[in-house]
Amino acid sequence: MFAPYLLNAWVVASLVAVASGCAGFFVVCRRESFAAHALPMAAFPGAAAAALFGLGQVYGLVVAALGGVALLLWLKRGQRSDAATALLLVALLALGSLFLSLSGRYADSVYALLFGQIFAVGPGDVLPALVLGLAVPAVLLSGFRPLLLSALSPDLAMVRGIGCTRIEILFLSVLALAAALALPVTGALLVFSLMTGPASAACIMVRSPRAALALSVALALALIWQALALSYLTSWPAGFFTGVLAALLYLAPRIWRTARPAPRSPGLA
Amino acid sequence: MSLTVTNLTVRYGGREVLRDVGFALEPGAFCGLIGANGSGKTTLLRTILGFETPSAGRVERDGTVGYVPQKLQIAADMPVRARDLVALGLDGHRLGFSWPSAGRRRRVEEMLASVDALAFADQRVGELSGGQLQRVLIAHALVSGPKLLLLDEPLANLDLRAAAEIVALLKRVAGQGVTVLISAHDMNPLLGAMDRLVYLANGRAASGRTEQVVRTEVLSELYGYHIDVIRVHGRILVVAGNAEAHHHHDHDHVAAIP
Ligand SMILES: Nc1ncnc2c1ncn2[C@@H]1O[C@H](COP(=O)(O)OP(=O)(O)OP(=O)(O)O)[C@@H](O)[C@H]1O
Ligand SMILES: [Mg+2]
Repeated sequence: MFAPYLLNAWVVASLVAVASGCAGFFVVCRRESFAAHALPMAAFPGAAAAALFGLGQVYGLVVAALGGVALLLWLKRGQRSDAATALLLVALLALGSLFLSLSGRYADSVYALLFGQIFAVGPGDVLPALVLGLAVPAVLLSGFRPLLLSALSPDLAMVRGIGCTRIEILFLSVLALAAALALPVTGALLVFSLMTGPASAACIMVRSPRAALALSVALALALIWQALALSYLTSWPAGFFTGVLAALLYLAPRIWRTARPAPRSPGLA
Repeated sequence: MSLTVTNLTVRYGGREVLRDVGFALEPGAFCGLIGANGSGKTTLLRTILGFETPSAGRVERDGTVGYVPQKLQIAADMPVRARDLVALGLDGHRLGFSWPSAGRRRRVEEMLASVDALAFADQRVGELSGGQLQRVLIAHALVSGPKLLLLDEPLANLDLRAAAEIVALLKRVAGQGVTVLISAHDMNPLLGAMDRLVYLANGRAASGRTEQVVRTEVLSELYGYHIDVIRVHGRILVVAGNAEAHHHHDHDHVAAIP
């Protein structure tokens, strides 16, 4: 009963969920939510430029997202003001919209890149998704302990000989790849939801870091499958369901926790 | 010597924070690093660790080092239990996503037991009390078997009893041959345990055996203020002002002297 385009969508979306669930765990632990928001924004004009010049979208996304990492590090280093950072992000969106308008497929592409168009995934998208979808978790898992320790305390990490700047650059680069992978599926505006919703729910629900990472991936998978199914049934956009379900995931354990007397965790909202 | 600091000078920007600081510690020494706020205690410890580059002088360390930083704010929702933090002290630098081996788990368990932290081993580190977190951090620092343990104001937020327990624990650690260097702005909680003292004031250090430094003349000279060294119930206390006044619990009074 499933058409091949559905199978492609399902495979790519699942890879996106695994990579995002993994990356999201570290985003939450390392307090890098802002990067998880900014890197997809930086990737957006890359995809738009690829459309304009007729290149493969994934290359545009990857190059622009990695450029976003450099920009982010530069912003952090100089402690630029919030206003400057926000203006820069909006300028990137504007740049992307210019490229799309020049490419002559404005409305459709803007919609797809900002809000995702999972059912438009073609057979050609599967291979790059497979590469990124396996590389991102592989790198993050192999750096699991240094990433975690440097998130807890850069000083404690340095004592153990971990270079915190290197770890930061590595992590942001992997996050950029994860964002580039997720962007066509969830859209630039919703990569953030997929990364932070499941992960922050997982971090509240369990105490052990390995269990939280596994749960984060499981929740991201459940979320994206749910969004796909609902979108297929209602023909509403998958991005809508992704955004709403992620917000619910974020809120649910928090509400549950406040509603119920929590004997072992005082002071937690 | 397990730690030798020679003619150390450290600058931030153009400003000299430490000037010509020198001292040496033998294995198993329990040394207090005493000084007022801003006197350079953290700077000295970070320079010993190699986090700051001195503009002159040398640090020689023998063997590995464990460190308990002054400030560690861990969000309450971090999914890291006390036992995970201790395990990271053992293998936090390693690559790969393996579950800890039985041997490593046992080592972590023993370490938690030796700092008396088993009761809260499964609690999140962000939810521990100040005294509990200090114990876990000490276990994290010790689990890899360092020869030198540096602690930056581990007693700062503890009540008298918790502070005394931590000091007793560190004294046991020193008894096992680990050199302990512990910073504090108030030396009273350390007086019963420390055998060496490095005192920082105006960027300079005075160091020696505790009995040599903890004397009315020496301390008054260092503080630039009259200090009394008094003995009550066989214990030594350092108080500002005159010995008649019952100030010996008034730690801030001592600490506030520039
Ligand atoms: N990164 C830095 N850049 C510039 N100046 C610094 C830096 N860190 C510390 N200082 C300055 O160096 C001096 C010593 O600071 P340090 O933190 O070592 O003092 P401390 O003895 O640890 O103080 P406290 O008891 O408050 O912890 C202070 O005057 C401080 O302002
Ligand atoms: Mg300090």
